[in-house]
Amino acid sequence: MNNTLNILIGGEAGQGLVTVGEILAKSLVRSGYYIVVTQSYMSRIRGGHNTFAIRVSTEEILAPQEPVDLLVALNDETLTLHQKELTPRGRIVADQGCTLEEENCLKVPYGHLAADKFSNIAALGVVCSLLGLDEALVGRTLEDFFGKKNPGLIEENRRILSEAFRWTSAQPTFAGKLPPLSNPPSRVMMQGNEAIALGAISAGLKFFSFYPMTPSTSIGLTLARLAGKMGLLVEQAEDEIAAINMAIGASFAGAPSMVATSGGGFALMVEGVSLAAMTETPIVIVIAQRPGPATGLPTRTEQGDLNFVLHSGHGEFPRAIFAPGTVEECFDLTRQAFALAENYQGPVFILTDQFLSDSYRSLKPFEVATLPPIQPPIDAVFSDLPYHRFAITDSGVSPRLLPGLSEYLVVAGSDEHTEDGHLTEDLSLRKQMVEKRLKKMDRIRQEVIPPERQGDQNPDLLLVSWGSSKGSCLEAASMMRSSGQRVASLHFSQVWPMVPEQFMGFLQDARQVVGVEGNATGQLASLIRQATGFEFHQRVYRYDGLPITPEYILRRLK
Amino acid sequence: MVTLEAYGNYETAWCPGCGNFSIQKAVKKALVASQLPPQRVLFVSGIGQAAKAPHYLNVNLFDGLHGRSVPVATGAKLSNPGLTVIVESGDGCNYGEGGNHFLAAIRRNIDVTLLVHNNQVYGLTKGQASPTSEPGFITKAQPEGVASVPFNPVAVAVTMRAGFVARAFSGLEDHLSGLIQQAIAHRGFSLIDILQPCVSFNKVNTFSWYKKRCRELPSDYDPKNREAALKVAEEWGERIPIGIIYRNDRPPFEDNFPVLQEGRLVGRQVDRNLLANVIESYR
Ligand SMILES: Cc1ncc(C[n+]2csc(CCOP(=O)(O)OP(=O)(O)O)c2C)c(N)n1
Ligand code: SF4
Repeated sequence: MNNTLNILIGGEAGQGLVTVGEILAKSLVRSGYYIVVTQSYMSRIRGGHNTFAIRVSTEEILAPQEPVDLLVALNDETLTLHQKELTPRGRIVADQGCTLEEENCLKVPYGHLAADKFSNIAALGVVCSLLGLDEALVGRTLEDFFGKKNPGLIEENRRILSEAFRWTSAQPTFAGKLPPLSNPPSRVMMQGNEAIALGAISAGLKFFSFYPMTPSTSIGLTLARLAGKMGLLVEQAEDEIAAINMAIGASFAGAPSMVATSGGGFALMVEGVSLAAMTETPIVIVIAQRPGPATGLPTRTEQGDLNFVLHSGHGEFPRAIFAPGTVEECFDLTRQAFALAENYQGPVFILTDQFLSDSYRSLKPFEVATLPPIQPPIDAVFSDLPYHRFAITDSGVSPRLLPGLSEYLVVAGSDEHTEDGHLTEDLSLRKQMVEKRLKKMDRIRQEVIPPERQGDQNPDLLLVSWGSSKGSCLEAASMMRSSGQRVASLHFSQVWPMVPEQFMGFLQDARQVVGVEGNATGQLASLIRQATGFEFHQRVYRYDGLPITPEYILRRLK
Repeated sequence: MVTLEAYGNYETAWCPGCGNFSIQKAVKKALVASQLPPQRVLFVSGIGQAAKAPHYLNVNLFDGLHGRSVPVATGAKLSNPGLTVIVESGDGCNYGEGGNHFLAAIRRNIDVTLLVHNNQVYGLTKGQASPTSEPGFITKAQPEGVASVPFNPVAVAVTMRAGFVARAFSGLEDHLSGLIQQAIAHRGFSLIDILQPCVSFNKVNTFSWYKKRCRELPSDYDPKNREAALKVAEEWGERIPIGIIYRNDRPPFEDNFPVLQEGRLVGRQVDRNLLANVIESYR
C-alpha cells in the first residue's frame, strides 16, 4: 500500500469533467486526505482536451505529480494522450466501448449505469468505489454540490452513484487504493483564487472592480457571490483602465480596494499603478500570470511577468510584490498586502499564476476571529493646521484623511504637487516630493518577509523558487535527500524589495545554486544577480504552459 | 450659510479672455446656491486646461489622469454616496481619451455630475483637433483640416437615455449656473456640455460665434420628450439650442446595491462571525 496516489481525469470540455473532479476532490478532503489539484484546460467552451488531476495523500503534500496511478478517461483521446504516463501499478477507467485490451483497464458499462448526461456521475461512483471512499459521504458531497434546488436531480444522481458503487464492488480491487484514515482531521478545500478573495475580505476589502480575464476571474466571482453577505461592492468595469481607476477613486474616498487581472489586462492598468503611487492611494493589485506575450496561452500557466510588474508604471516610486507559493500563503499574503498598502499608502502587488489560482488544496480553515482588519483613518484627528495631504514627513508617509469625513479638505493630484496637493512647477519642491515618496521604501524594506529556507546545512544543491513553484522545489529536494544527497530549498514569497542580507549567506553556503522558475529567462535569478552580483550555477526553467513538477526538476538536474 | 468666500479665490494659469473663467464663476455660484459646504463636495478632474479648474476652488479634489476622471468619480461615489461628486474636465479628456468611460457612466447612471468644458480643441497640448472639432478645422496636427465627423455628446447621451442632458454656453454665466445647480440636484448621471471659447487655439468657434448662435430653449420645452430631445440635440449651425435638453428619472446606479442601503462602504467593519461561516462553508 502506498500513501500517495495520482488521479488524472481527462475528457472534453462540456463532459462534466470539472464536476467529477471537484466532487471527487471534496470527497477525498472530507475523508481526511490531503490533495493538490492541477487543472489543465483549453481556451474553448466545448470539445478540446482538458484534464483535472488530483494528487492525494495521507500526509501533507505540496506539489503535483506526473506519473498517473488512476487514469479516468471520459473519452478515447485521454487514453491516447495519457496512457504512457501510467505507473506500473496504474489502472485505467474507461468506457466499455473502448478498444484497449490491457488487463489494467476497467471497462465500465456507462450506457447501462446511467443516461448519457449522467455518465460523469457514474464515473465518479466507480472511482470513489475503487478508492474505497464511503458511499454515504460521497452522496452528501454530491448533494451539497448540486444544492437542494432540484430534488429530482439529486435523487437521480444518488441512484446512479449507488449503481456505480455496486457495479464496481464486483470488479477486481485496485492495488493502489488509499489506506483508510482512522482519525482524520477536518479540513476545508479551497483554490488559490478563493483564498485571495477571502484574505482580502478578512483584511477589510470593501471595493473590488474587475474586467474578466483568465485566470484571475474567479477572484471576482468569489467576491461577487459574497458581496451582499459580507458588505462589499463588486463592479465589472468597462475595461481594466476603468477597473483600476475606480478602485483608486474608492480607496481615495476610504474603501479598502483591490483589482485582479492577468498580464494583458495589467498592461492596461499600468497608468493607474503610477497614479496610485503619485496620489499615494493604497491599492492591492493581483496579477494571475499566464503565458504571454500578448494573449499568449490564455488558460495555461507561467511565471513570466515578474519583470513587467517590477517595472510597471512610469516614473520612480516604491512598491512591494508578494508571490504566494501555497493556498495558505494566498490568504496570508493578501492580508499582508492590504496592511502594507494602507501603511505606506501606495500600490502593492500579488503575483500568482494559473496553476495556483485553480489549484484546490486541503487546508486548516483560516482562523479569522482574532485577525485584525486593516482600517483607513475614518475618524483620525489632525491637529496641525492647516491640513496637508502630502506633508513632508521623516518617514515619507503623510497624514491621510478621507474626503467628506472631517472639517479638512483633501486634495490629491497626479501632477507633481505641493504639500497641500495642488499642481506645482516649483522644481525644488519637486525634488523634495520625489525624495519623500522614495523614503517610504525604508518602511517597506523593514517589513520584507525573509525567504524561507528548508533542508540540509551547507548543501550540495540549493533550489531557489518563487511563487507557485515552491511545492515542487520542496518535494524535489526531499526526494533527492532521501536518495542521500545534501539538498536545501529557498523560497521567496516576497520578491520585491530584495534585502540581500536575508539570503546571501544561504546562497554562498551551497555548492550549487539552482534557480527554478516558470519562465524562459530566469527573471528572479537575474534580479538577484542585479541586486547582489551572485550568479546562479544552474537553471531549471519551464515555459511550455504547464506547472513545474518535482519530476520535471529532477529530470533537468540529471 | 455657505458663502462664495467658502470656495476661495485663487490665481489661475489660464489665458486672459478664456471661457474657463466664467465657467469657474458659474460653478461657484451653483455650489453656493445649492448651499453645499465645500467639505461635502468632491471634484474629480482629468488633465487639460479645463481639468485644472477645481484646483482653483476650495474643495476636496482628486485630479487624476487624462480621460480617467469618470471611473475615479464612480469609485469614490460608490465608496461614499454621501459625497456630492462632480467631474470637471475638457472635451478631449472626456470624449476622446475617456470615451468608453463616458458611455459606461451613462449606462450605469451613477449619481455624478459631469461638466465638460467643450472648446472643440486641445488647449493644454497647444491646439490639436478634439473629438468635437468641426470638419475642415485646420491645426498643425491636421494641416489638411479635420476629416472626421464630430462627436455629438448631447445626442449620444439622449440616445442612451442619460438621466440629465444639458448644453450650455460659458458666455451665459447665470444660465449655466442654474443648469449646474439642477444637475447637482438630479439623482443620477448628469451631463452639461459647456461650449467654451479658447482664445488661443480655436479661431473659428469664438465668443461671438457662439454668442450669435446659442439660444435658450423656450420655457414650454418638455425635456421628458425623448424624440423632441433628439431633434434638439442634433441642431447645430446657425442656431444652437442650450438648456436642459433631456431628462428622466431612472433610479441612480447606487440604488442597485443592497450593501449601500445600510450606508457608505467607508468605515464598515468586517463581520468576523459571518466570515468564519463563509470559511466553514468550504468544508
Ligand atoms: C495619457 C495622456 N495622453 C496625453 C496627454 C497630453 N494631454 C494633456 S492635456 C491634453 C488634451 C486636453 O484637451 P481637453 O481635454 O480638450 O482640455 P483643454 O486643455 O482644451 O481644456 C492632452 C492630449 C496626457 N497628459 N496624458
Ligand atoms: S489655451 Fe485655450 S482653453 Fe487653455 S487657457 Fe488658453 S484660452 Fe483657455
